[in-house]
Amino acid sequence: MTPDLMSFDHPLTRLVVGLLCVFAFVGLNGLVLVWVERKVAGHVQLRPGPLHVGPYGLLQPIVDAVKLIGKQLAMPAGADKYLYWAAPLLAFAPVTVCFLPLPFDPALAPMRLNTGLVLILAFSGLGVLSLILAGWGSNNKWGLLGAARSVAQSVAYEVPLLLSVMAVALTAGSLDLYEITTQQGAWPWQWYGVKNPLAFFIFLVCAVAETNRAPFDLPEAESELTAGFHTEYSGMGFGLFFLAEYASMIVVSGVAAALFLGGWQGPFLPGILWFLVKVYAILLLMIWMRWTYPRVRFDQLLNLSWKWLTPLALIDLVLVVIVAGFGG
Amino acid sequence: MQAFDPKTLAQDPTSVRFEPGPTEDKLILSMGPQHPSTHGVLRILLELDGEYIVRAEPVLGYVHRMHEWMGQEKTYFQFMPNMGRVDYLHAMAWNWAYAGSVERLAGIEVPERAEYIRVAVTELNRISSHLLWWGAYLLDLGAFTPIMYAFDDREFLLDILQAVTGSRLTYSYFTFGGVYNDVPEDFPKRCLDFVKLLRSRLPMYRDLVTDNVILRGRCEGIGEMDVELARRYGATGPVLRGSGAAVDTRRAEPYSVYPRFDFPIPSYPQGDAMARYMVRMDELETSCSIIEQAVSTMPGGPIAAKAPKTLKPPKGEACYAVEGARGKILVHVRSDGGPKPYRVKLRAPGFSNLSVFAELARGTLLADAVSILGSLDLVIPEIDR
Amino acid sequence: MSVSQLFEEAYTGLKSLVVGLGITGKAFCQPQVTVIYPKQEVDNLSSFRGHVELIGKDDDPSVPRCVACGACVKACPSNCLTIQCPVPVKEGDEGKPVVMGPAPQKGSKTPAVVIVDFSLCSLCGQCARACPVDSLQFSDNPYMVRLDRKEFQIDLLARLRRMAAE
Repeated sequence: MTPDLMSFDHPLTRLVVGLLCVFAFVGLNGLVLVWVERKVAGHVQLRPGPLHVGPYGLLQPIVDAVKLIGKQLAMPAGADKYLYWAAPLLAFAPVTVCFLPLPFDPALAPMRLNTGLVLILAFSGLGVLSLILAGWGSNNKWGLLGAARSVAQSVAYEVPLLLSVMAVALTAGSLDLYEITTQQGAWPWQWYGVKNPLAFFIFLVCAVAETNRAPFDLPEAESELTAGFHTEYSGMGFGLFFLAEYASMIVVSGVAAALFLGGWQGPFLPGILWFLVKVYAILLLMIWMRWTYPRVRFDQLLNLSWKWLTPLALIDLVLVVIVAGFGG
Repeated sequence: MQAFDPKTLAQDPTSVRFEPGPTEDKLILSMGPQHPSTHGVLRILLELDGEYIVRAEPVLGYVHRMHEWMGQEKTYFQFMPNMGRVDYLHAMAWNWAYAGSVERLAGIEVPERAEYIRVAVTELNRISSHLLWWGAYLLDLGAFTPIMYAFDDREFLLDILQAVTGSRLTYSYFTFGGVYNDVPEDFPKRCLDFVKLLRSRLPMYRDLVTDNVILRGRCEGIGEMDVELARRYGATGPVLRGSGAAVDTRRAEPYSVYPRFDFPIPSYPQGDAMARYMVRMDELETSCSIIEQAVSTMPGGPIAAKAPKTLKPPKGEACYAVEGARGKILVHVRSDGGPKPYRVKLRAPGFSNLSVFAELARGTLLADAVSILGSLDLVIPEIDR
Repeated sequence: MSVSQLFEEAYTGLKSLVVGLGITGKAFCQPQVTVIYPKQEVDNLSSFRGHVELIGKDDDPSVPRCVACGACVKACPSNCLTIQCPVPVKEGDEGKPVVMGPAPQKGSKTPAVVIVDFSLCSLCGQCARACPVDSLQFSDNPYMVRLDRKEFQIDLLARLRRMAAE
């Protein structure tokens, strides 16, 4: 029997229980995602990936996590103590909040907000703050360069992201993810991703850039900036950044699933399963892309955003407004 | 921690050309000697304005192993294994350059079969070097998968070379007057099989990487160098051929049996990183065709001329130049009649190719500098010797 | 640049990205090529060139062909070979314990000690080339992992006897 979050009457109880569930969900999925990423990378590169710890290497992420926790937390000389340690926490905390308005299932929406989308966009925008703090606080030139890159990147990609989301919100007439999901049907032709493929495409590209994933992983570009903003972090400091990256991947995939792929709706299977299937399909695409492409250069990244995605998103928005206006 | 003091930095002999940075609002960044994309222990001092490079200065010498001095301290035979360690990626060409110069000095004739074997193994080695460069360059540009595909193919090649030489990387296969031991019987067949395999893989390489729009964006128009500049710095090999000059030691100063083979010399006039990339990709095909010709026309006979057990060449000096994967390799040996060379001079192509970098990198973005550095195909142990 | 050109470029760019995804996707479905080492082994060890070893005589494989001339010791660029023979007994010293000295020693035609220090060896083969009686060859032993540096001092005579016994 699926637990029904809606049965808790008081919204505060619901919030606390929801947050706890979200933490568990993020931790578990982060571990699974690390395993999936390494396994996919391995198979793409004609090698088996993690193999020896547990069946099919399933326990490898847990062993890695234990290793990270057990490591010494080092801080470079001359670093700003408070900013340096605040950064990883700040990277992880806002992402978990983003899970709250996500409707996993009709019965499993931790918090129904009529401005759920705004909340998600606002808190995922906070993530970049942690990158700045990490880069600035660690007194490292590579870190500083990575931080500077992340700001420009995040500013550039938030604009088309917002515009593409707005196109969907306009069509649905709501900012509540639950509401937007229910407006779509169970079948693909009822999904906004099929009705408005341009917005879906722009959202996907921006989502990859927002989560700093390859080919847009410039703030941590390994071969250029050694490791960018987290160059100096060791142990769980690095682990939290790592977890935050995967958590924000899950968030954007969840938002994409709810906005464009009909959320939990689908034939035959229970809603939560459909939702997870859709989320993991998008995650797999992101992983697949990472292991295929080279990294773009910084000015090309910005050009792509300002010269292609933003105008296209604007055109899309205008079209949607016209269609919505005529359609009544 | 020592406080940052511009004065001491200016007095630092390694950065003597750098004026105090922070006062000019510039960032001085030491890229390397431990950096993922300097391929070993190269250090590059960068003066950055934002992410734009104002000045770049390579600092060498972190793997200086005194190979030239060792050449004077060891007998002719004893110095031979050093050649595999100078440039570990194209060890055969270095083997050949040294063996060739000593043969020239001592007047040793190399039997024909040995020459054919030398050609075949050197070209095989060139392919393995280019494949590794290809993978490593894409690693620099942030693509992680191609290097695995390249290594998959390279494995077949290393198996062939292991069957011939017994080792997989630092070959010490050549000896004065020929080669160390004969090739196994199935060598021609395995070579032809490998050539077939590589040719079937090249379209995949092209689709996955060469045609990729992101890679083109990272390479086209980056690090443009005209022939004049390349010649001024003494750049050779694919770096020079990428600037439009079809100069190849195998053609320009024919040695061994290369004049008997028919092969094109790829060159591209653009002079950017993409041109250098394309030259190397075309050279894979060129080497394939040379290998085919060499193994299918390989004559019988002895594999090595009789060389004395202790070599004492007459007084004099000799040079021998071969075309390595990175450019013109030249070994100059001078003998005073004793059992040890009086002087051995190794001309490493990577050294000249690297020196262009300071000029190319000026005014580019940090990411472009990485792309340029990779496109020069540097092997640091060879540069430092 | 006209707009149509711009979109054509974007189209070819996007197409190349999709083609790239297709190639890695195909590789994803292919079988892996990794040889998982402790469970599987590669099949090319026979041509591997490991440390040098002695070759036994044709009639008695436990006795090396070596004539203790010391040519290999001189040829070695890294001084990793040690060959010792009993020093000829001087007059008046009879009955004293036998002293070992570096080969060649007068009156000794077989080595008493042959040690190769693998931690110095660079596998160049100059010793095998210099040997006048072809008594040295490369072994195909790739498993050279030891806990102590001293364990890389390989006693070749003992190795030859062990090989002959097998």
